[in-house]
Amino acid sequence: MSHAELTMPGHSAQEMAEPTFSVPAKKMAMWLFIIADSATFAGCLVAYGFIRNATPDWPRPFHSITNVALMTLILLTSSLTMMFAVRHAQLGDKAKAFRWTLITAVCGIMFAALHLREWFGMIGEGATLFHNPWGTPLFSSLFFSITGLHLLHVTGGVVALIAVGLRYRGGRYKADDLEITGLYWHFVDLVWMFVVPLVYLLNLAH
Amino acid sequence: MTTTGAQNRSAGKDLAVYGCLLALAGIQFFIAYQDISASQMLERLLTVAVVEAGLALLFFMHLSENRGLRWFVLIFTVAVILGLQYGWTDSFRLSNGVPWAK
Repeated sequence: MSHAELTMPGHSAQEMAEPTFSVPAKKMAMWLFIIADSATFAGCLVAYGFIRNATPDWPRPFHSITNVALMTLILLTSSLTMMFAVRHAQLGDKAKAFRWTLITAVCGIMFAALHLREWFGMIGEGATLFHNPWGTPLFSSLFFSITGLHLLHVTGGVVALIAVGLRYRGGRYKADDLEITGLYWHFVDLVWMFVVPLVYLLNLAH
Repeated sequence: MTTTGAQNRSAGKDLAVYGCLLALAGIQFFIAYQDISASQMLERLLTVAVVEAGLALLFFMHLSENRGLRWFVLIFTVAVILGLQYGWTDSFRLSNGVPWAK
């Protein structure tokens, strides 16, 4: 008799081992984190929408979409490179999987650098967390909070990609671990798909 | 099917999804320059964003391969969004100033 059967009468070891939705526990944990985090971002973006709607003189400070278009291109491309990394990992090609993971991390660093450049440009024009030169201070507060929360996720993702990539190459982590990190990275990309229209494109100066 | 054949097909699918996502992002930027009201723009931008997110979830995050997990994620996300939209009483006060503010 197995240990599980001894400790849990009426439950076989096979029943105990059956994962939820046939998803391994580590992957399920990442999905639960993603669902919880998506609720956080949804809360932020819905609050932003209500406040924007309730403020009559909402500023439209963005004159160019070049920077945000480039950031979007980089982040979407990083999702593709992450897919390549996972595919190579599943085929057991460690060298290629690690290389694509590093390329994904570099894309993340480029995205963060462009984001910071944009931030410093806005700070240079007088926008801070509590001050907005174009009107209501709520704009700056929400802009820096929402994009800052996303940037924090990107930064965390880059660190995770490098750490997991190195450990995968060293043999301590498996292809599944790289795939789980990839799930997080795709989620960061997914959030950006909503941040861009709500925070940038709706506030474009015409 | 050989491993290389399967790999090429997967890479082709990934590239197709990536191309669709780029095209949809391009449509969003195009919509942003249209001379329409803010509410119309919001509606169109969010529609495109939802399609983009759906593609990313189904193909990049492999939800298309797991029916149970797909429904779990969909139901939970819709419940959260509807809850925020209609259950968050303060949101109505922010928008309209009524009825709870009176």
